[in-house]
Amino acid sequence: MQIGIPKEIHPDESRVATTPNVAKQLVELGYEVSVETGAGALASFNDEDYKQSGAGIVADCRQLWESSDIILKVRAPEFNSQLDIHEAELLAPGKILISFIWPGQNPELMDQMRATGATVMAMDAVPRISRAQKLDALSSMSNVSGYRAVIEAGYCFGRFFTGQVTAAGKVPPAKVLIIGAGVAGLAAIGTAHALGAIVRAFDTRAEVKEQIESMGAEFLELDYEEEGGGAGGYAKEMSPAFIAAEMDLFMAQAKDVDIIITTALIPGKAAPRLITADMVEAMKTGSVIVDLAAEQGGNCELTKPGEVIQHDGVTIVGYSDLPSRLPAQSSQLYATNLRHLLTELTPNKDGQPEVHMEDDVIRGVTVIRDGEVTWPPDPPIPIAAIPKPQKLQSPAPVSEVKKPSGYVSLALLAVGVVLILSLGTVAPPSFMAHFTVFVLACFIGWQVIWNVTPALHTPLMSVTNAISGIIVIGALLQVGADSVSVMFLAAVSILIATVNVAGGFLVTQRMLKMFRK
Amino acid sequence: MPSGALTASYIAASILFILSLGGLSHQEKARRGNVYGIVGMAIAIFATIASDQVSNLGVIIVMMLIGGTIGAVVAVRVQMTQMPQLVAILHSFVGLAAVLVGFATYVDPTMHFEGVEATIHNVEIYLGVLIGAVTFTGSVIAFGKLQGVIMSKPLLLPARHWINLAAGLACIWLGSWFLDAESAGTGVMVLTIMTLIAFAFGVHMVMAIGGADMPVVISMLNSYSGWAAAATGFMLSNDLLIITGALVGSSGAILSYIMCRAMNRRFVSVIMGGFGTTTGGGSSTEAGEVQATTAEEVAEMLKSAKEVVIVPGYGMAVAQAQHTVSDVTQRLRDAGVKVRFGIHPVAGRMPGHMNVLLAEARVPYDIVLEMDEINADLDRTDVVLIIGANDIVNPSAQEDPDSPIAGMPVLEVWRAGTVVVSKRSMATGYAGVDNPLFYKDNTRMLFGDARESVESILACLI
Repeated sequence: MQIGIPKEIHPDESRVATTPNVAKQLVELGYEVSVETGAGALASFNDEDYKQSGAGIVADCRQLWESSDIILKVRAPEFNSQLDIHEAELLAPGKILISFIWPGQNPELMDQMRATGATVMAMDAVPRISRAQKLDALSSMSNVSGYRAVIEAGYCFGRFFTGQVTAAGKVPPAKVLIIGAGVAGLAAIGTAHALGAIVRAFDTRAEVKEQIESMGAEFLELDYEEEGGGAGGYAKEMSPAFIAAEMDLFMAQAKDVDIIITTALIPGKAAPRLITADMVEAMKTGSVIVDLAAEQGGNCELTKPGEVIQHDGVTIVGYSDLPSRLPAQSSQLYATNLRHLLTELTPNKDGQPEVHMEDDVIRGVTVIRDGEVTWPPDPPIPIAAIPKPQKLQSPAPVSEVKKPSGYVSLALLAVGVVLILSLGTVAPPSFMAHFTVFVLACFIGWQVIWNVTPALHTPLMSVTNAISGIIVIGALLQVGADSVSVMFLAAVSILIATVNVAGGFLVTQRMLKMFRK
Repeated sequence: MPSGALTASYIAASILFILSLGGLSHQEKARRGNVYGIVGMAIAIFATIASDQVSNLGVIIVMMLIGGTIGAVVAVRVQMTQMPQLVAILHSFVGLAAVLVGFATYVDPTMHFEGVEATIHNVEIYLGVLIGAVTFTGSVIAFGKLQGVIMSKPLLLPARHWINLAAGLACIWLGSWFLDAESAGTGVMVLTIMTLIAFAFGVHMVMAIGGADMPVVISMLNSYSGWAAAATGFMLSNDLLIITGALVGSSGAILSYIMCRAMNRRFVSVIMGGFGTTTGGGSSTEAGEVQATTAEEVAEMLKSAKEVVIVPGYGMAVAQAQHTVSDVTQRLRDAGVKVRFGIHPVAGRMPGHMNVLLAEARVPYDIVLEMDEINADLDRTDVVLIIGANDIVNPSAQEDPDSPIAGMPVLEVWRAGTVVVSKRSMATGYAGVDNPLFYKDNTRMLFGDARESVESILACLI
C-alpha cells in the first residue's frame, strides 16, 4: 500500500505530515511512502532527506492523491486553487485520509467526504485514554503552542524575563499569569519558568494545582467552592457567582503582572471571555497578552484572531497558527503521532492497514468508514483523564511488627532476672562465671552490631563466619586425647574449622578491598 | 605457656574480635577491622597450641594446612554473585564442627564431673550438638537452594508444623533420657538419635522457606553458628569461645531482625515458611495497559535526565549485570548526570548482597544509598531504572491494606518523573502479588534479560 504526503495548501501552513525519520519507520511497517516535492521545505526537511529515508518524491500533486491508498495531512481538506478542485473530491472508495478534521465544526466537509466513499480518520478525535496518549496530536500541538506563546510574548515584551542584579542596576523579574492549565498552559508555565519569570497560574479545576506547582508556578486560588472538572478532563462552564469572583481575581492580577497568556477553552463552545477591555487598560504600558483561544473567539475581549494589535500600550497577540510557527518541531511530533496510529492500524507490519472498529482507539479516530459517517462514536469512549477522587492517604501498615510495649519488656526483664536467679541457686560458681561472660558478650555484640552500616552486612556475615571458626580451639584442646575416636573427631573438626577461618577472613578482605569511593 | 598467659591471650583475642566487628561501622575502617580479626584469631590459635593442654602437634599442623589451603582457594576463586552460597556453606562447617566437638567431649574419658556439674555439662553438650546439627543441615540446604541444586520453591509437606513440633518434643524427651543415661554407650546412642532428628529438622526447616526469604535464613543460620560455638565454649569451660559465640550469635540475631523488619514480617512466620503460596494472586488484580519501551528510548531518557536512581534487585545478580550497570553509571556520570543507587535491605539473597555486587563492579560506595536515604529524594528524580526488582518497589505495600505485603517498607519509585522497569516478563514477584507500578502512566517496561537490556542501553549511550 502507498502512503502519500501532499504539500499543505492552507495559507501560511508550514507543517508537514511526515518527517524523513518517520518516513523511514513507515517504510519499515511495509508501506511505500511518496512525498510531494517541496512538502517539507517550510519545516526545514528537503526532498533529498526524504529520498534517503526511502521515500519517493512525486512532483504532480493530483497524481500523488490518485496513486496513494493512504493520505496523511495536517490540515483538513480544502479547495486547492492550483488544481482547481477541492481536496475532498480527490478521495475515492478504499482510500484512507488521516488529518485534523474537526467534524463538529465542519459538517459540509463531512458530507463532501462521505459522498466519496472513502475512510476518514480525524487526529482531533483521538480518545483520551492512556493507551492513546502516544497518538494524541492535540496534546502535541498544544504543547508547541504553549511554548511558542511564551516566545511570542517575550518577543513583544521589552524586558528580560529573569531578574538580574547588574553593575548597571537591578532588573526585576517579569511576572507572568497563565490562565488555563491544560497541556498548552502547563507548557507555557514550564517555558516561562525556565526563562526565569515569576509564574502564576489559574484554573477552574482544583485538581490541577499539583501539576501547576510541579511546573514551577504559583497556583492562584479563589475563595469560592465549585468544582470545574467536566467530562474528559476538560473544563466546563461555571456559575455566574464563580465568574464574578474570578473576574475580581483577574482584575487584581492584571494590575500586577507583565504578561498574560490565556489558554481557556471549553469543548464545543465559544472561548470564555476572561480578560475585559477594563483589565487590559489596567495593565502596565508595555505589557503583553497572548490569547491562545483566538480561533475560538478569544479569551480577551479585544483579541483580533490572527493579528497582533496594540491597545493602550498593551500588545495583544492573537495568532491562531502557533504550532505552524514552530514547523520543524510540530511536524516531528505530529508525524510521530501519525506513525503510532499507523502502527496500531498495521499490526502485521505488512503494509496492509486493518480498520478494526472494536478497538477503542481506532473506533474513536474513525469519523467516516467507507462512506458512512461514524461520528460521534456511540457509546462515548471511556475517558481516563477524569480527576480521580482524592484517595485518602491510608497509612495502613496493618500487620506492622509490634514493638514490645514498656510493660511487656519490663515483664520479660523480670522473667529473665527470675530465671537467672533460680539458675544461680542450683548452678556451681564456675558455670555462673562463664554465664556472666556470655551475657556480657551478648550485650557487647548487640551494641557493636547496630553500628554496622547496612552496606557492609555481607562482609559482616563473612567475618563473623571466620570468627566463629574459633571453635577450632575446642578441637585443638581435644586432639591430644588418648582415645583414637576422640582424636579423629577433633582432627576432622580442626580441618573444617580452619577452612572457615581462612576462607572467611580472606573473602572478607577481598570484598572490603572492592569498596571504594 | 603458663595458664595466666593463655588467659591474657584470650582476653586480647576477645578485644580484637570486638574491634573487628566495630570496624565494620564504616567502609573506610572496615579493612582495618578485618585485620584485627585475623590478628585476634592468630593469637588465640597460637596461644592455645603453645599451652600445655595441647599435644599431637603433627596432626594439628597437617589438618590446619589442608583446611587453610582449601579455605584460601575457595576465597580467591568465589564469584561475588556466589557470596550467599559461600556464606551458607561456611555456616555449615561451624555447625558440623560443633557436632563433632560435642561428641568428642562426651566420649572423652578425661572429662569427668559429678552431681550438678555433670548434669550441666551434659546439658551443654546436648544443646551444642543440637544447635550445631540444625545449623549444619540447614546451611547445606540453604547452600543447595542458593546454588540452584535444590529447587528454591518452598517445599510444603502436609502437617509440616506438626512434624516440627514432634521433632522438638522428641529432642526434649531424648534429652531427659540422655541426662539419665547410665553408661557412655547409651549416652552416645541417644546423642546420635537426637543428632539425626536435628539433621532432619534442619533440612525440613530450610526446605520450607522460599528463595526471597533467604536473607533471613542466612542471618538466622549465622546466628545459630554463633550459639553453637558459645555452647561448645560452655562445655569446654572456655571463655574465648563463649565470647566469640555470643558476638556472632547476637550479630546474626540483629541481622535477622533487620531483614524481618524490612519485609514487615514476623521472624516466626518467616521460619514457618511457605510465604506467598497461600495468598495466590493477591487482592489487587488491577489489570491495565503496560507501556513497553526500547533500549534506545531509555538511553535517551537517561542522557537527558539530571538525576537518575538505579534500583537493583536479585534479577541483576542472576543476570550478572552489575558490571554493565556500572559502565552505564560511569558513562552517565561522565555526561554530568547525577546517578545514585537505591538499595532495599532485602534486595538479593543475603543482607548487603547488592552492595557487594556493586562494589565489585567498581561503583563508588558513596553513591550507593539505603532505602531510607533515597526515598525522600525520589520526588526530584527524573528517571528511576529498576533492574530485576519487583516486590521492593510495589506500591500496594502502601496503598492496599489487603495486600499480602501491606506495610512492608518499599522504595517509592513511582514518585519520580519516569520509571523504567527492566524485567524478563510480566510475572509476579516472590510474594505472588501483582505490581500496580507496571500500569502507572509514568512507567515504561523494558522487557528482556537484565544483562542484555542494560548492554543495549550502554551501546546506545556510546
